[in-house]
Amino acid sequence: MSTAITHEEEHHEDLTGWRRWVFATNHKDIGTMYLWFSFAMFLLGGAFALVIRAELFVPGLQLVEPDFFNQMTTMHGLIMVFGAVMPATVGMANWMVPLMIGAPDMALPRMNNWSFWILPFAFSLLVSTFFMEGGAPAFGWTFYAPLSTTFAPSTTDFFIFGVHLMGFSSIMGSINIIATILNLRAPGMTLMKLPLFVWTWLITAFLLIAVMPVLAGAVTMMLMDRNFGTSFFDAAGGGDPVLFQHVFWFFGHPEVYIMILPAFGIVSQIIPTFARKPLFGYASMVYAVAAIAFLSFIVWAHHMFAVGMPVAGELYFMYATTLIAIPTGVKVFNWVATMWRGAMTFETPMLFAIAFVVLFTIGGLSGLMLGVAPADKQYHDTYFVVAHFHYVLVTGAVFALMAGTYYWLPKWTGYMYDERLGKIHFWISTISVNVLFFPMHFSGLAGMPRRIPDYAVQFADWNFLSSVGGFVFGFSQLLFFYIVIKAIRGGEPATNRVWEGAEGLEWTLSSPPPHHSFTVPPEVR
Amino acid sequence: MSVIKQCLVSHTLLLITMLVAPFSVLAEESKFNMPRGVTEISEEVYDIHMLVFYICCVIGIAVFAVMFYSLLKHRKSVGAVPSQFHDNTAVEIIWTLVPTLILVLIAVPATKTLLKIEVDREADMSIKVTGWQWKWQYEYLDEDISFFSNLSEASNQARQRASGIDPSTVENYLLDVDNPVVIPVNTRVRFLVTSADVIHSWWVPALGWKQDAIPGFINTAWTEVKEPGIYRGQCAELCGKDHGYMPVVLEAKSQADYAEWVKEQQRKQEEAMLASGRDWSMDELMSRGEKIYTANCAACHQANGEGIGMFPALKGSPVATQGSVEEHTKLVLNGLNAMPAFGAQLNDADIAAIVTYERNAWGNDVGDMIQPSAVKALR
Repeated sequence: MSTAITHEEEHHEDLTGWRRWVFATNHKDIGTMYLWFSFAMFLLGGAFALVIRAELFVPGLQLVEPDFFNQMTTMHGLIMVFGAVMPATVGMANWMVPLMIGAPDMALPRMNNWSFWILPFAFSLLVSTFFMEGGAPAFGWTFYAPLSTTFAPSTTDFFIFGVHLMGFSSIMGSINIIATILNLRAPGMTLMKLPLFVWTWLITAFLLIAVMPVLAGAVTMMLMDRNFGTSFFDAAGGGDPVLFQHVFWFFGHPEVYIMILPAFGIVSQIIPTFARKPLFGYASMVYAVAAIAFLSFIVWAHHMFAVGMPVAGELYFMYATTLIAIPTGVKVFNWVATMWRGAMTFETPMLFAIAFVVLFTIGGLSGLMLGVAPADKQYHDTYFVVAHFHYVLVTGAVFALMAGTYYWLPKWTGYMYDERLGKIHFWISTISVNVLFFPMHFSGLAGMPRRIPDYAVQFADWNFLSSVGGFVFGFSQLLFFYIVIKAIRGGEPATNRVWEGAEGLEWTLSSPPPHHSFTVPPEVR
Repeated sequence: MSVIKQCLVSHTLLLITMLVAPFSVLAEESKFNMPRGVTEISEEVYDIHMLVFYICCVIGIAVFAVMFYSLLKHRKSVGAVPSQFHDNTAVEIIWTLVPTLILVLIAVPATKTLLKIEVDREADMSIKVTGWQWKWQYEYLDEDISFFSNLSEASNQARQRASGIDPSTVENYLLDVDNPVVIPVNTRVRFLVTSADVIHSWWVPALGWKQDAIPGFINTAWTEVKEPGIYRGQCAELCGKDHGYMPVVLEAKSQADYAEWVKEQQRKQEEAMLASGRDWSMDELMSRGEKIYTANCAACHQANGEGIGMFPALKGSPVATQGSVEEHTKLVLNGLNAMPAFGAQLNDADIAAIVTYERNAWGNDVGDMIQPSAVKALR
């Protein structure tokens, strides 16, 4: 050990107990907190989803009133998007970016602490509305005005401040990630040598910084309309309800890429490892991510083909939207080409990554269908859309996050997880998630609108199937929880490299890595 | 080894189910697929939908076939040795260009149909469609006909929580209304779609499109139905708690039947006008009031008058029991906060009936009443 390291360690104050977490500045501790927070939110949002699936099990209204049902769909969406998927990807970035680029920690450790600790307060504000008169937000996670302004209960202001806080958290997290990647790379780690996960997060962070202020603007205008007599979205006062949708989707479309790009990154790390072969088309992967990020800013109104846009606008948004298929196709082809003539093994992370490629592609193809404007006039706001975005977000983003968890868990904990249980978790999840979401394509095409608490009897079979799948998928995630706890508590010790085919700086460190990941910058050739 | 074999079998089965399911189910159309519809536009939309769907299937099958071949052959357990290639410019150019060509192939018919949908040339007749929480209003601009379309009474009773009524025994459960919108066949009908409160979306799948109803905007859409029949749809944009309970029912009639229907409607409107001009007895107002209250007020204030959530109770409320009947009527006419102005929706007799009912039902027993002529004076 060099004297530099000893010097560091002497001055390091080891916080213990609750102080370790509340005053955390270490990227691994903060990453861990992000991941646990997001898992808790995943279970909460999942519980809401089960209420929805229970009510939709058979036709007729059995369990909850329609207004509470709307609260469930709204809070399920908000919690899953802002509470589960986004913080989980930030948690993985916190853990892995410094390890992958050869840094001792994140560039801005105290801001890192702040950006995490805002989240529990933001979500407490949001969830507290359940216990107030008027109830939780019930206007959908897209909170279209004027349903969310003039026609919403007073608790909506809590939702608005919650969203503001989430925005602060995301922006600070993004600044930190950009600062870390641009400043703390090890000597020789040029941009075009960055692991794909780091690249996708660099681009995601710029997306976040660009669009979170737009979301903040939208909710601030709502706040003004609701409390201070403005009429941004109120037609009666000269405002424009459609403006809300433009502003929302200018945020909302990049937002979906904010959730999926880090997932692309995770899968691009895992497939080469288990194919024992370098990632095919590294440069084109990077360019494809950049192209998708760019396109995500100029396609927002494809969510609005039914609002009555001028035909020129509809044509433009249709063409621009379908263009996204090209870079997305490049990514899928590259993953398949990476597997091609490799020497694959099928540990749990690889199984989830393969399922990701297949099921995300199905979601991507239904996305192409939705992008075709004349057909979208039928698909829009039906269960076909629900099927589409759950394929890209659950079997896409969430599956990639699970793949990443299994992949890096031995590095994080120092112990191998139980491979047999991991595989059982994979198979139950993959089968049930398709039983859950695949029938939604059919019910949507047959004419079932989304966000309804009860439905005409011809949709009964599909909803029954979906509900069965939903309950199996939901409860099988408790197995995931058990597997992670088991690995934290012990097991077969993990080697530094963990996986036979793993390449990269993170695998040169011990498992678990030392407190200050790289105290001496490694040399990258 | 056996685990891998098992994985392999399940994987293959999964793939087969996912790929074959969409094909095998096409035979039984309506339950699995979009309806082909009854207009030229809906048929074109359906054809584009199927074209893109088949293209997606071909792409999916091709990609997954290559991948699953690789998963079978290029596995360590069968002794595969990893090659180390990581680039191939020719292949990468091909798989960028081919999708681009496919997109052009899709864009051509899609553009054609979209232009056809959006061209707004002169129509033979116009109907103004207004979305309300939670019903539709239809105004025939040339015929001076106007009416509201609510969820049918049978569906409304069955849809209440724990109603004890099996939805499968209710005909067209949740897809039936009291007054359907009626149009003649082979006539170009323009719809002027707007909203009185929040955003709704007017959708009949058989017509091939949906159109958002937005307050402050009048969107236009048109249709020309080929065959007489009853076509059912629903509101497609989340519009509050009873979003799931505002179906759209469109009845296309032959020209002759349509003319008959118009006459009938005009006669009904006249009757209603006359009703508003005379004096009503307490019993008449109460029995009409109950009906109108159930259709217009019970969704929020509840049938028992006790309110729910943010919607206040009327039973024992100061407005209905202590305030003057005029103030009460003004509130119903002009609305308050989330409550719409019913003056725009209901005639004088209906308003008089509702106010009288609210003041004397559920033990409110104020004992006073208001006549349609007095309502008229308060407007």
